[in-house]
Amino acid sequence: MTTLSTSSPSVSEQQHEAHADHRMFGLATFLVADGMTFAGFFAAYLTFRAVNPLPSGSSYELELVLPTINTLLLLASSFTFHRAGSAMKRDNRPLARRWLLVTAAFGFAFLAGQMKEYFTLPFGLTDNLFASTFYAITGFHGLHVTLGGLMILIVWWQSRSGGRVSSHNLFPLEAAELYWHFVDGIWVVLYGILYLL
Amino acid sequence: MTISLTPETQQPISLQPQGWLRYLSFSTDHKVIGLQYLICGFIFYLIGGALAGAIRTELLTPISDFLPRETYNEVLTLHGTVMIFLWIVPVVNGGFGNYLIPFYVGARDMAFPRLNAVAFWLIPPAGLLLISSYFIASAAQSGWTAYPPLSLSTPATGQIIWILSVLLLGGSSIFGGINFIATILKLRRPGLKLMQLPMYCWAMLGTSILVVLSTPVLAGTLVLLSFDIIAHTGFFNPSLGGNAVVYQHLFWFYSHPAVYIMVLPAFGLVSEILPVHSRKPLFGYTTMVYSIMGIVFLGLIVWAHHMFTSGTPPWMRLFFTIATSFIAVPTGIKFFNWLATLWGGRIALNTAMLFSCGFIVNFVFGGITGVALAQVPFDIHVHDTYFVVGHFHYIVYGGTVFVIFASIYHWYPKVTGRLLNEPLGKLHFLLTFVGFNLCFAPQHWLGLNGMPRRVAEYDPQFTLVNQLSSAGALLMALSTLPFLVNVVLSAFRGDIAGDNPWRALTPEWLTTSPPPVENWKGEAPLVHEPYGYGVAPEEVPLAATTGSELWRLGDPDRRP
Repeated sequence: MTTLSTSSPSVSEQQHEAHADHRMFGLATFLVADGMTFAGFFAAYLTFRAVNPLPSGSSYELELVLPTINTLLLLASSFTFHRAGSAMKRDNRPLARRWLLVTAAFGFAFLAGQMKEYFTLPFGLTDNLFASTFYAITGFHGLHVTLGGLMILIVWWQSRSGGRVSSHNLFPLEAAELYWHFVDGIWVVLYGILYLL
Repeated sequence: MTISLTPETQQPISLQPQGWLRYLSFSTDHKVIGLQYLICGFIFYLIGGALAGAIRTELLTPISDFLPRETYNEVLTLHGTVMIFLWIVPVVNGGFGNYLIPFYVGARDMAFPRLNAVAFWLIPPAGLLLISSYFIASAAQSGWTAYPPLSLSTPATGQIIWILSVLLLGGSSIFGGINFIATILKLRRPGLKLMQLPMYCWAMLGTSILVVLSTPVLAGTLVLLSFDIIAHTGFFNPSLGGNAVVYQHLFWFYSHPAVYIMVLPAFGLVSEILPVHSRKPLFGYTTMVYSIMGIVFLGLIVWAHHMFTSGTPPWMRLFFTIATSFIAVPTGIKFFNWLATLWGGRIALNTAMLFSCGFIVNFVFGGITGVALAQVPFDIHVHDTYFVVGHFHYIVYGGTVFVIFASIYHWYPKVTGRLLNEPLGKLHFLLTFVGFNLCFAPQHWLGLNGMPRRVAEYDPQFTLVNQLSSAGALLMALSTLPFLVNVVLSAFRGDIAGDNPWRALTPEWLTTSPPPVENWKGEAPLVHEPYGYGVAPEEVPLAATTGSELWRLGDPDRRP
């Protein structure tokens, strides 16, 4: 029924080396898990909103201009990251690196905008339930943006001439890109639920 | 079956430490990691068992005399946390999963070997952190559920250490889950179809889906809880305008699936053991697969049955009662499939089989009390009583831990090349089975008569039954002795097992015992029919049949 026979040495090599696709798959699975953390936060926020009215006189007004600019910044950064990826695939290294820097700049501009919003808001972390939830969710997302921005800078450094990222090894770039799109997508949902709803 | 091995074509080059030292190293070998999980988990089982012993000693008398009340709360919290997060979840997922899954999919290691080692090495520090909290300040006192506002008013240091430890263990669990999903879906040997995999693969796939979807929610919730404790936010604190019931929803969104994270792998393992020792194909392979996936789906939408007394609205009670009762259908399918697998087989009543049968008996009892608990009127009566404690332990100890022991007796020859001693094993089974039922069956009666759980003092009318239960716990403690003696002595003096002592057909047995570093010298075997027992190979083309066809074709008189 079953036959064991010796094979070429390449079997073990195949199974230990050819993991690029699996790494992207693993990252995607991790992002599903990460997304569930946000889903839990959103569910908590929506439930609080539905059943826990804030005491009268508590402040929970958000201004919309800055967050909307921030949303546009993040959406643009997803686009520029995509441009960086396709430039690298075409082996146009300088162009790819330029787009990476632009993406990182958008990301850090977003963080600066977020900080400015934090400093101008009329409520603090422990003022009321809305304030706590707002800071927890946007803070957790900001942590993701910070990590993503650092990742972009690392990929930018690795894609220098002679670095490990090239059109033959796209994994670090593609992984950072998938992560960045994920963080971007989460922000769109967050913007809809926290600011617009 | 022909196995032709060309000896020692090339020795795999290894940069890892060799010998016993590799079990203390950052090894990336899935078999080493599997054993690391098992042994580490068993040490925590002994610690958790000692804590259980302290609880049962306190409950010998109706007054609080053995332990101070606060210490009782700490012991109770540590017992639950250690047993769930450091013994059952790591052993039944990480331990057996890491050892067996690469064999079953025909791979030489897991998809992400380094991530795998990281996932294991998160566990010992997290465990030490948790245990040390008892000695540093005082351990958490709010039970393994850490419900606010109780967890907000008990001493903060212990609670924060508890949260940190559970976050680390949750991270380990998520990394493991990602690894299992990638290994099962992406690393299968070419030519091996999903519906040809041994059942444990399906169980681990379902479990890992639950881990990936639900554990992050617990992690997020515990971070919010720690904000409530450290920064005095009011997410779950009603006196600051928060909502404690939201914590319960989020907590049970993880912790109900956690029951399936603990018991689904056990279903898979027992589905491997029963066919081998009854020389019959696994009955109803396809229905097994669909019922596992059905349990995964239903397991995600039943959490609020833990909260029938938390002011849940009637529509929610109705929905969660119905959904919970539905889980009995796929679980019942699996139960009857196991019985049908045994039916008419050539049953070898060895220790692995005895523990598996013990599992079936205990689990069906725990399942029946589970369906009873899903009914709102009954649940309101016994909520937070010893009935729930009895039910839970029938599922998790009578179910999963029995399967862990069955699996150790079944796979010990694979790991060491030697058999465990059977008379000692049967003594172990007898003590465990009698002790377990003596310990937990009376708790149903206690709960029905109104004894609340998690309290060190009780009404004197319950004294005798509590003493019976404690006597059972003593038997369970004693049962560990023959097991430990057996495992240690057999490693050196046990009978030589040979490569395949059970004449099993699943791929892990189609190599040497213990297996070489990369599992097979030469190519991995392609096993299309892992359960082709009881039929002479020349009669039926095994590669072309499914388990159910073999079942129909199998002539009982011609079984080997």
